[in-house]
Amino acid sequence: MKQLVDRYGLTLTGAMLLATFVWLVGMVILPYLVMVDFSFRPNLLPADVGSERDHYTFDNYETLFRNEIHFVVFLRTLWGSALATFLCLCVAYPVAYFLAMMATPAQAATFLLLLVIPFWINEILRTFAWFIILAYNGPLNGVLRLLGVIASPVRWLSGSWGVIAGMVYAYTVFMVFPVYNAVLTLDRNQVEAARDLGAPLWRIHWRVVIPHAKPGITVGCILVFTAAAGSYIVPSILAAPGTRWFTEIIYQWFYEGQNWPQGSAYAFLLLLLCLVFVFGMMRIFRVGLSDIAR
Amino acid sequence: MSQEVALEGVTRRFGEFTAVRNVTLTIRAGEFFSFLGPSGCGKTTILRMISGFIDPSDGVVRIGGKDMRGIGPNKRPTALIFQNLALFPLMPVWQNVAFGLEVRGVGKAERRKRAEELLGIVELTESADKQVAQLSGGQRQRVAIARALAVEPQVMLLDEPLSALDLKLRQYMRAELRRIQQRTGVTFIYITHDQGEALTMSDRIGVMSQGVLQQVGTPLEVYNDPATPFVASFVGEANVFTGRIGAANGTLGQIETEHGIYTGRLGRGARSGEQAMLFVRPEHMRIGAAATAAQNHMTAAFTHAEFEGSFVNVFSEGGLRKPVVAQTRSDPSLLRLQPGEALPMGFDPTDAVILPFGDLARE
Repeated sequence: MKQLVDRYGLTLTGAMLLATFVWLVGMVILPYLVMVDFSFRPNLLPADVGSERDHYTFDNYETLFRNEIHFVVFLRTLWGSALATFLCLCVAYPVAYFLAMMATPAQAATFLLLLVIPFWINEILRTFAWFIILAYNGPLNGVLRLLGVIASPVRWLSGSWGVIAGMVYAYTVFMVFPVYNAVLTLDRNQVEAARDLGAPLWRIHWRVVIPHAKPGITVGCILVFTAAAGSYIVPSILAAPGTRWFTEIIYQWFYEGQNWPQGSAYAFLLLLLCLVFVFGMMRIFRVGLSDIAR
Repeated sequence: MSQEVALEGVTRRFGEFTAVRNVTLTIRAGEFFSFLGPSGCGKTTILRMISGFIDPSDGVVRIGGKDMRGIGPNKRPTALIFQNLALFPLMPVWQNVAFGLEVRGVGKAERRKRAEELLGIVELTESADKQVAQLSGGQRQRVAIARALAVEPQVMLLDEPLSALDLKLRQYMRAELRRIQQRTGVTFIYITHDQGEALTMSDRIGVMSQGVLQQVGTPLEVYNDPATPFVASFVGEANVFTGRIGAANGTLGQIETEHGIYTGRLGRGARSGEQAMLFVRPEHMRIGAAATAAQNHMTAAFTHAEFEGSFVNVFSEGGLRKPVVAQTRSDPSLLRLQPGEALPMGFDPTDAVILPFGDLARE
């Protein structure tokens, strides 16, 4: 603190501290607190605010467990995000391993750039591209029929598969980078030592590479899961009407239901789900916060 | 439980660069063999070709008579100890040692038992449950050896494993490695740029320079009868004089240098009339009265002396590239010599070797 004052003077230091304080409290903490307050109150007409009906209740949270449809959507969001996370890991791990251990630095740079470029295009466009690819009369069905893999077109966009595909496409890059960075720090000699001791490929990965890359894998899983569970655009474009995502229900409570307390409660339930996933992953992989920060 | 390793015309190229050039050599079963050479001489490439991590561009590697082409490093009867050891930091010591057994499907109880036995051989039984990071450099060294021994290799390959240790520990580990090699009877192939390590541990040494195997022989042969100027200058210290070979008489020959005509043993390929180099070890150089009595002698201007404890290095002008040095027992009078003082120096013909002109080891 004294160093800051010495360097920037009292006025500037004060201004910077004030700005940080305003940002943190006014724009981050307070809005959340307001939402928390909302979520524990009934949805009232303006006239009833402050009346005796205005009291704290768990009612909004209990709705999820009373409403079977919403609960199914909640569970679908959970397993769908988990599946998307797992598939992202399956796609990203070999890529990350190849880039970190086998590619030349120039190849790795080119490859990583190619991975990033699609992200310069906005998410709606990317997702619509998948909508077109997966459409009933779309190119995927066309190619598969041409190759004779399928006899008649498949409805890819009914059920959750379209959403999963779109999410794996959209979020794999969030998995590649942390895993790549983790594998990059592995001493190549360890891979060779394991091989020299007779280990087949799968055991080298299972016993040497994956344990080393664990913090990166954990970070990647957390990023992908929270992005997938909180995604709105991908499910709203690629999901069938009967397979909604939990974010869509939150949206409906806020904008179509005009029920902010209920929407807030659902939003916090989604946040809770993500937090449970984050800490669950950290427990399973025995990774601490300090490992993740590396 | 050991096998011979044969290299037949082995060459390895990396693009335009030839790292190993036409090496033919048989390393006997149960032998402690060292490849000695400066960095970049191709010795690590040879080791990696024996272990199977890289394939020869030409030629064949045979282990126990069996052609190793197409056999991966995980299928060869070799175990490699890496320069940085490459222990698995996320496994406790015993799992490191037992990794090769785990790979072979040995049950956990049996693995643990074998790991403890092997840790016993390297005197680390108490450290079985420690983490690798808790061990000292020398202890890690021994874990790496135990891990390699666990797979019961017929050939053990060691890539400068002592280079990271401090001097005392290095000397201790030399004896330790030699002891383990003799106890297990496994063929050891050792890579080093440290001639002291090669000379003290090896049954035989192969000296390499620029991808070419210069000489193969026992430490004594390599030191006393170097085959090339490179070997003479790389293994041990040597004073070098250049000139033309004059009269030859059996094993001895004369060389006309700018300091005078000296007599020495004729080495491999040294013929009359050709440009040549004469090599004399510092410990064979005599000074003072003993020098004038020697058959070869010169008078050189003293420059300085270095007191090394049990011996003194006395330097004087002359010689190729650097001053002539004589190594003698500590004698206080030597330290009183004044720079520029005339100093008689000399050597016996049998202590000098004449070799055809060639490349010297870089300093």
